[in-house]
Amino acid sequence: MRLDVKKTYKLFIGGKFPRSESGRVYKVNDHKGNHLANVALASRKDVRDSVVAARAAQPGWAGATAYNRGQVLYRIAEMLEGRREQFVQEIRELTGKSDRQANQEVDAAIDSWVWHAGWSDKIDSVAGSMNPVAGPFFNISTNQPTGVVGALAPQDSVLVGFVNTIAPAIVSGNTVVVVTSEKLSLPALSFGEVLATSDLPGGVVNILSGKEAELSSWLISHMDVNAVDLEGTSNPVELEIEAAQTIKRVIRPSSYSRTGSKGSLQHILDLMEVKTVWHPKGH
Amino acid sequence: MQAKDPEQIIGGKVTNASLRRWLHSLPGVDKVGLEQRAANLATRSIKTESKAWALDMAIKMMDLTTLEGADTPRRVQSLCLKAITPDPDDLATPSPAAICVYGDMVKTAKETIGKNKIYVAAVATAFPSGRASLKVKLQDTKDAVAAGADEIDMVIDRGAFLAGNYLEVYKQIQAVKEACQRKDGSYAHLKVILETGELQTYDNIRRASYLGMLAGGDFIKTSTGKVSVNATLPTTLLMLQAVRDWYDETGTQIGVKPAGGIRTAKDAIKYLVVVKEIAGEKWLDPNYFRFGASSLLNDVLMQRKKLKTKTYLGPDYVSVD
Amino acid sequence: MFDYSPAPEAKLASFESSYGHFIGGKFTKPAKTYQTINPATEEALADISHGTTKDVDLAVKAARGAYEKTWSKLSGAERGKYLFRIARIIQERARELAVAETLNNGKPIKETRDFDIPTSAAWFFYYAGWADKLDYAGLGANPQAHGVAAQVIPWNFPFMMLAWKVAPALAAGNTVVLKPAETTPLTALLFAEICQQAELPDGVVNIVTGFGDTGAALVGHKDVNKVAFTGSTEVGRIIAKQIAGSNKKVTLELGGKAANIVFDDAPIDQAVEGVVNGIFFNQGHVCCAGSRLLIQESIHDEFIRKLKRRMDSLRLGDPMDKNTDVGAINSKAQLDKINGLVKQGVKEGGELWQPTCKIPRNGFWYAPAIIDGVSPANTVAREEIFGPVLSVITFRTPAEAVTKANNTPYGLSAGIWTEKGSKMLKLADQLNAGVIWSNTFNQFDPTSPFGGFKESGYGREGGRQGLQAYLKGGN
Repeated sequence: MRLDVKKTYKLFIGGKFPRSESGRVYKVNDHKGNHLANVALASRKDVRDSVVAARAAQPGWAGATAYNRGQVLYRIAEMLEGRREQFVQEIRELTGKSDRQANQEVDAAIDSWVWHAGWSDKIDSVAGSMNPVAGPFFNISTNQPTGVVGALAPQDSVLVGFVNTIAPAIVSGNTVVVVTSEKLSLPALSFGEVLATSDLPGGVVNILSGKEAELSSWLISHMDVNAVDLEGTSNPVELEIEAAQTIKRVIRPSSYSRTGSKGSLQHILDLMEVKTVWHPKGH
Repeated sequence: MQAKDPEQIIGGKVTNASLRRWLHSLPGVDKVGLEQRAANLATRSIKTESKAWALDMAIKMMDLTTLEGADTPRRVQSLCLKAITPDPDDLATPSPAAICVYGDMVKTAKETIGKNKIYVAAVATAFPSGRASLKVKLQDTKDAVAAGADEIDMVIDRGAFLAGNYLEVYKQIQAVKEACQRKDGSYAHLKVILETGELQTYDNIRRASYLGMLAGGDFIKTSTGKVSVNATLPTTLLMLQAVRDWYDETGTQIGVKPAGGIRTAKDAIKYLVVVKEIAGEKWLDPNYFRFGASSLLNDVLMQRKKLKTKTYLGPDYVSVD
Repeated sequence: MFDYSPAPEAKLASFESSYGHFIGGKFTKPAKTYQTINPATEEALADISHGTTKDVDLAVKAARGAYEKTWSKLSGAERGKYLFRIARIIQERARELAVAETLNNGKPIKETRDFDIPTSAAWFFYYAGWADKLDYAGLGANPQAHGVAAQVIPWNFPFMMLAWKVAPALAAGNTVVLKPAETTPLTALLFAEICQQAELPDGVVNIVTGFGDTGAALVGHKDVNKVAFTGSTEVGRIIAKQIAGSNKKVTLELGGKAANIVFDDAPIDQAVEGVVNGIFFNQGHVCCAGSRLLIQESIHDEFIRKLKRRMDSLRLGDPMDKNTDVGAINSKAQLDKINGLVKQGVKEGGELWQPTCKIPRNGFWYAPAIIDGVSPANTVAREEIFGPVLSVITFRTPAEAVTKANNTPYGLSAGIWTEKGSKMLKLADQLNAGVIWSNTFNQFDPTSPFGGFKESGYGREGGRQGLQAYLKGGN
């Protein structure tokens, strides 16, 4: 009889896997109530460090070509497909879902990455414009990523909801700090392994596991975060008020369905800014 | 010294206004186009005999450099001995063109080099920042020349340049050139460091190149090696275009020296390709092209050995300096 | 002297001795074969089948069957995943494809390796991402594919032209029958293998090789819904007439005689590079080549001097050598055409200049050339040469540049070289060309629509607009 080597679930910050700087952990149980893992319990300092990492990574990620970002997102799908079994097992242990259901969830997550990957170099063709102003001017509107996104992943989704929270943020060149579901955190943390092997630059996605009530205020109020996605919070109104302090862009809970293999263009655009440029025409 | 009078070249008396008009009338540089050309030339594949030739030429063009606050006499001696015998396993290995040190190390270097045909170049003019009075910068230069420096690598006043005070930059270079004069009337050879990393735009780099050439530099040099962005292939390409156009216009051949950040033989060969295809064979000559480098030498030596042994080497097989 | 030693690319591609067509997911038996050669050496590479009307009919039937039974039944997401697979396999086999293309076409390995093949992969990646987003194509919700697309492509960028045609067609839900040019079928046949490796359902892509008659049979086949052609204006005219009155949708990407306009305030060194790139890249076998240099008279002498010096460093020779810039002319026929037109140009008073190039003994070669002193009335100012020959014309003012640039039945591309933004943008408005390159030339990207005005054709390839060509608006 061979003994398993069990995984220690750590945070994913700046492309590395640190424990919480607080040294704390919390217990995650399987769907029957049995102990599964001691998972890093992120602190406000982890939030702080994650935002620093996300900000540092943002110019490089936004500066990559849309083609390159699409390639990286497609690679994430490839890596996730390759690690299917690992995720199926975690999903089944956490939720009690059948093998078929768990595989469907992984299918949806992979297909959602592929869907998002394909948007990278098409956003401006669909949502940008040359504007026919009434004067001798070249006038163009393009969409640019807003910067650093603070996101609270849905509490009740074991994988696909998490994927549909981070993909729409990063496809356009944002970087993201995401707080996972508290009880269903394991696949999200394992997702760091997928990201780390996908040529995704460190800091583009930062994954924090822990208590939403403890972490969300620090993340949502952080002045170096440009937009916030409140999907996973039990306290949306208060958080929206905090976000308003620095006029952050806000995605309220239940704005988008996050259970499917496709996302929403509107969700991607919510995390972008329109820039309009004028230039005279004349010789 | 200059073959053509500056007033002839710019078409009038040299004032800040006339310099500004002249420099700003130079054609602009398209960054994307320039960088694409450099990237294209970097795909040249240099093999076998041409590679062997290029490796030897890279060594012959090197200004083997140590510019540390921690430099001691024995450290400088050791570097000089390395330049004299780069590879004890192959005594046919050529020597670098020069040793490059701080002015107060010139005497030690000259003594160690002795009769060997290796120049001693000294950085001067409050290198690397250049932020001191002109009096101090000129004294720095004179001291190095008096100690026996064959060549002086000066820095331009980037503050004056970026503030649009071209005349000040010009006059300083001229003054330093004068300070290079020896008792016997000969002049130390002058390289003018533009510090391209601080000038930042290619348009600025082209203008600074022309200013350096107009003021009487023998070489224009990219960098001190002491800032975050030193020599790059596109920058060097641009400077080679400048010296080539200058030659067409004035008949004077000015040299180019990229310095800092050139660490591998592969990089050095890319630069030689750029020299050949942009400026031409006339510049494939240590009198008109130099590399400012330190760790480059050992990588070139390893590549040289690899061509002979046909295996990859490690750092144990080249000497430290 | 720094002479570059030979730097040959490894011969990573190998071919069968003979090929049939690729129909319904399988290769047919070779029949009615002819030889395809390496134009740099005139060596035979393989025997290729000359497609008959019967072969074309089988292929269209296979495409129709696949469309009805398989391809139209798949979700966009699934179609997209096939295209992503194809894109990935192209990347995996990139070096092999580059070598194969160089051997069959004669263009330098540097180009196939760094441009043709990567751009082809990118084209597939781009359109793969459209397959499940057709609602956003700009034609309303739920647009439909046309059905079976007949695609005829030229010899100048064989693999890339295939990518430009097949990727959007499949993404939109069509199935295709593609006929590569007679002189350059090999990478299309390798593509057939790639379709097999990607497990693409049988009949979605079909390749029929052959000559002009094969293409005519394909375009004229009654069960084809959409025709896409890239090639000469002469043949485009024939096709447009052939399908007149039918229900077939058509896009044509034809010839050009682009003006590359250089102003006195251009970034001169980059402009020289852009002019060289514009006409000597791919040996001038480019429909959008900047074949007319319109140079502002005030800088003519200086510019031509710099241009000649730049041309002196162009390396002509073995396309498999990594340092070659200018490869072989694709065929004897094309070489004869170039020679004929240049002779005419000189006869009409132009001054011909070519750098000294060592021309290899075998193969088809033409040293890059400029003809200076050309006037708009000269043959070489009006006729597409499709070779490395630049006609030099002067102008005095922006208005005159526009008039001269537009004075042609063609309208594919134009180049504008100036550091002044307002001038460039106004000129871009005024030039009658589908692609305007400013301070650059020959830039291609799958997101950027490409296509011509006037007799350079109609329809666009690349971008959302390129996708629309393969869809019917929902109604």
